[in-house]
Amino acid sequence: MLRGLDSSFGAGGGLSRRALLRGGGALAGGLLIGIELPLRPALADEPVPTGTRFNAFIHVASDDAVTFTMPAVEMGQGVYTSQAQCLADELDVALDKVVAAHAPPDQANYGSPILVIQATGGSTTTMAWSGPLRKAGATARAMLVQAAAAKWGADPAGLTTENGVITDKTSGRSIRYGEVADLAAGIEPPADIKLKDPSQFRLIGKPVHRIDTPAKATGKTVYGIDVIRPGTKFATLMASPVIGGKVGSVDQSKALAMPGVRQVVVLDDIVAVVADNTWAAMQGLAALAIEWAPGAHANLDQAQLWREIEKASEGVGVVAAKEGDALAGLRDGTLFEATYELPYLAHAPMEMSNCTVHVHDGACEVWVGTQVPGFAQTGAAKTLGIDPAKVTINNHLIGGGFGRRLEADNVVKAVRVAAHVDGPVKIVWSREEDIRQELYRPLYHDRLQARVEDGKITAWHHRVTGFSILARWLPPAFKNGIDSDAVEGAVKIPYGIGDRLIEYIRNESVVPGAFWRGVGPNSSIFSVECFMDLIARKTGADPLAFRRGMLDKNSRALGVLNLAAEKAGWGTLAAASPFGARQGRGIALMAAFGSYLAAIADVAVSDTGDVRVTRVVVAADVGQVVNPDILVAQIQGGAVFGLSAVLHGKITFAGGRVEQGNFNDYRILRIDEMPSVEVHIVPSTENYGGIGEPGTVIVQPAVANAVFAATGVQLTRMPIDAALIAKAA
Amino acid sequence: MDLKINGVSHSVDAPDRMPLLWVLRDVLGMTGTKFGCGIAQCGACTVHLEGVAVRSCQLPVGAVGGRAITTIEGIGETPAGAKIQKAWLDIEVIQCGYCQPGQIMSAAALLAANPQPDDAAIDAAMAGNLCRCGTYVRIREGIKHAARS
Repeated sequence: MLRGLDSSFGAGGGLSRRALLRGGGALAGGLLIGIELPLRPALADEPVPTGTRFNAFIHVASDDAVTFTMPAVEMGQGVYTSQAQCLADELDVALDKVVAAHAPPDQANYGSPILVIQATGGSTTTMAWSGPLRKAGATARAMLVQAAAAKWGADPAGLTTENGVITDKTSGRSIRYGEVADLAAGIEPPADIKLKDPSQFRLIGKPVHRIDTPAKATGKTVYGIDVIRPGTKFATLMASPVIGGKVGSVDQSKALAMPGVRQVVVLDDIVAVVADNTWAAMQGLAALAIEWAPGAHANLDQAQLWREIEKASEGVGVVAAKEGDALAGLRDGTLFEATYELPYLAHAPMEMSNCTVHVHDGACEVWVGTQVPGFAQTGAAKTLGIDPAKVTINNHLIGGGFGRRLEADNVVKAVRVAAHVDGPVKIVWSREEDIRQELYRPLYHDRLQARVEDGKITAWHHRVTGFSILARWLPPAFKNGIDSDAVEGAVKIPYGIGDRLIEYIRNESVVPGAFWRGVGPNSSIFSVECFMDLIARKTGADPLAFRRGMLDKNSRALGVLNLAAEKAGWGTLAAASPFGARQGRGIALMAAFGSYLAAIADVAVSDTGDVRVTRVVVAADVGQVVNPDILVAQIQGGAVFGLSAVLHGKITFAGGRVEQGNFNDYRILRIDEMPSVEVHIVPSTENYGGIGEPGTVIVQPAVANAVFAATGVQLTRMPIDAALIAKAA
Repeated sequence: MDLKINGVSHSVDAPDRMPLLWVLRDVLGMTGTKFGCGIAQCGACTVHLEGVAVRSCQLPVGAVGGRAITTIEGIGETPAGAKIQKAWLDIEVIQCGYCQPGQIMSAAALLAANPQPDDAAIDAAMAGNLCRCGTYVRIREGIKHAARS
């Protein structure tokens, strides 16, 4: 999502203080600094206090234990395994000997080469870190080999490594890494490191088992929500249910009389109850009589929010891309026009917001699962008015991120409460509080116009209107009035078409917006792909043939489109479904995150307009692959996330409040609604692409286009509204 | 009160109305069982009561009595539980893993009651367990893989 940021920063964009966590300017050089600082003293919150630290990522103890410090966090997407594969392959150790540790907040060493700040997101981990981690592994290996050579008086070139053992082929001697780790620590890391040729890979490119799942299968993994420090109290909280509201008055008497309730913390917009256990805290919160002062947004409702973005879309756009004179071309000829509207969505990870905090002696300890440890650290420090160095962030495996943990708002809320509590306090949000106090995938409004002559698009105008997440999250990245994330899928379309004009209009809103799995391309690619289907069907063209006709210069895009069509049997009838007599098959294509995907979805639509997706076929060309099994899992899972959105997903406002609160009314897909998902991979030697997001992006337009095919109705506001495609309608 | 959990007796001081979920997590520190929704909509809190899958967020601890509780920490000691856990790792079902204790408990109860479940039986038994990462395809495969083992 944020590719291109590195170059824009390099031009002296100047990072905000918030982004520069330690005041350092690692920027594009972050990776080099990361591996050119051997023997850096271990940081206080790292789990390995002794032994030999070869660089920011690798620690080899004298007992051969190897610890990898992971720059990207694990939230299900498999990057602890894929990062470990890169490190271990070049280091020549077996994965079962490796311990993975979370990187502490440390911009200089762990700032992302792509995202700049220390953050995990946007499907960037593999493309950002594979190179630096391989280099780190190879560097440490070279130092170990050199140490063994020095010890033996041998030529390092004659030594080989395998599985943590160095062998001298000529003499037959061998020595374990741990035995030379201390000696290796004194060796200057070589400047010029040769990485393995892919033919030598033992781990990279192989479907090795994940390193994080054995503990997850037995309930042993300690997520942030599982942290219990000695003397911990348990709390829950509630913020003003109306956006921007404040606490008016609170009658605490009933709550404080309840068994187990210890304390009520009242802040200007938040009330928290501290108790002996979470249940007592929740009972206490329910017993509080809180009068809220709702403030200025008490009448905010969804119809108004839709009207506002519609009105904003009629303003003047900032040009994000321009080729030729599209507006001139759109003055006459055969013209098409459509508008697509995408709703607010909650991330709703299964692990709801939570944070354990201990504020004491001018310092603050935090236990949380976060995609942005630096934001968590600076957020806590700012809240307390202390130096960030006084804030320790203990990061944990995350029970689902999807962008929600790219925000530190909940750490800040927890610290605000904890500042009033004696001793460590674990604050757990109720599901309702978690869904109602989100930062949401914002509303998007995409207006498209096209001129078509002889079956070809000759002029194209796409105007994206939406809240700018980038402008809030990383202000220096919001340049020239353009949110590069919001328009990515509009600017970088895979098709060769005529004159183009792509515009962006920023729609600020009181509803806070955040990155959501699939990020900007979710809405822009949805709109492009639905519009392509609209044009194809209105001009009597086959949607597959119509797309193929615009791909003569894009072989990777054409490749996945053809593969998906072949595997799905495009042109044949979808299998009959007992769920509905109206059946349809839809196709969609995307190029984003450095990856190319095509999806074909089959749907059955009941007489009442309910949609059941019966089959999804995805073809993907993601370049080189570190772990092909994780790749498939990410596409499968991403598709489910997209199906939840297109079939059920919406957050709406009434009276300034979010109307949904739990999984009964914010529905996510269940297994009995789950279609088969077939994933086909195009082997590729191209650069690494991202894969966490694309499955979510591609399945949504494929399903919408299948519903269009089944019903003849193109729905333009998501999610799919059964009432508009019921048989009687 | 005394609770029999994973074959071990625990003496617990908790109000009868307190859901078993919070007794496990906050009183006993057995955090493998997860809080997901609090209203029996997601299944993350699933445990077994005498081998039957129940949502511990809705089960007052006072209603448990002498019945045997099994949690994710102990399910590997049962034949069906061990098969499910192995299958989950063999085909890498798990992603973030937060819902998986509940998925594994529901799947183990299914397999114990129905050693060869078909798709319809799997969907019926597992539809109460939500997964936000979207591991459903592999949950289906995993149960069949365990059934074959």
